[in-house]
Amino acid sequence: MKILMVFALALFVSGTLFAREAAPLASDVAVEKRMVAITSVMRCLVCQNESLAASQADLAVDLRREIRGMIKAGKTDKEIRDFMVNRYGDFVLYRPPMMASTYLLWFGPFLLLAFGIAGLVFYLRRRGTRIEEKDLSAADKERAEDLLKQQEAGR
Amino acid sequence: MRRFLIPLGLFVVLVGFLAWGLKPGYDPHEVPSPLINKAAPNFDLTQLADPQLKFSPREMLGRVWLLNVWASWCVSCREEAPVLMRFAQTGVVPIYGLNYKDKRDDAQAWLARFGNPYVLNAFDSDGSVGINYGVYGVPETYVIDKAGIIRYKQIGPVTDAVIKDKLLPLLKELNR
Repeated sequence: MKILMVFALALFVSGTLFAREAAPLASDVAVEKRMVAITSVMRCLVCQNESLAASQADLAVDLRREIRGMIKAGKTDKEIRDFMVNRYGDFVLYRPPMMASTYLLWFGPFLLLAFGIAGLVFYLRRRGTRIEEKDLSAADKERAEDLLKQQEAGR
Repeated sequence: MRRFLIPLGLFVVLVGFLAWGLKPGYDPHEVPSPLINKAAPNFDLTQLADPQLKFSPREMLGRVWLLNVWASWCVSCREEAPVLMRFAQTGVVPIYGLNYKDKRDDAQAWLARFGNPYVLNAFDSDGSVGINYGVYGVPETYVIDKAGIIRYKQIGPVTDAVIKDKLLPLLKELNR
């Protein structure tokens, strides 16, 4: 019980520590919110598996500062997105624009889904016919009985 | 026999994709620059050697030149320095530097130590010109033609192979 309370206290204390560290960023909440909304759907160019909002890379910090400045200067989201695309290409956008070279990317999954459904339908139909019971011909029946007898004799 | 054909076909396609991903010289981190064949962004920066003097790409109109982005904190720039030194000595093309997010003293000490292939350096202390050029990893090198259009961007250090295979043929064509 004591240990639990110490643990809870530690959690509580560390929480307040984090809160204090993050404070200066939130000086302008509205700007910060828009900046995060814009940058969280952009790729950081240095650490390419991180969003621009989350990355601690030097360039990401600079770009966030730049975007904050543009928001304060009254630029629209589209203008800011264009600013980024003009410099780093569509690559920065997590959601690539719809165009001839990205059709496969956008519609490919649906194409695969269609293939899957077609395959499933094909398979189920074939299985349906295969399960149908067939009457054995007299010769087959005789052969089967022979085999059974042989097996029994072999035991 | 026929039932093996489908998995075999899928396997061949998969191997094809994997082989494409492994082809030599392919770097998935490389971001194709949208600035190729667009006008080089203009700037007006002080020179590294003398804060009284300025440099702007406009002064270079009518000439083919290289803009090499570097910094004293950049490790692969050290690897690039001797290559650029040798290339500058051939006099094929003037190399201008963009000293990116650096300190003047550090940058000048670096030039003294690793060599100075540059005609001059523009000093981009806060990296804002770098952002306009879409710089995301130093070193980067831009080939800019007589009309001030960016014709090629080398991401990562310039090597002898890059000079031979990419830069020299391109420069020859641009200088015609």
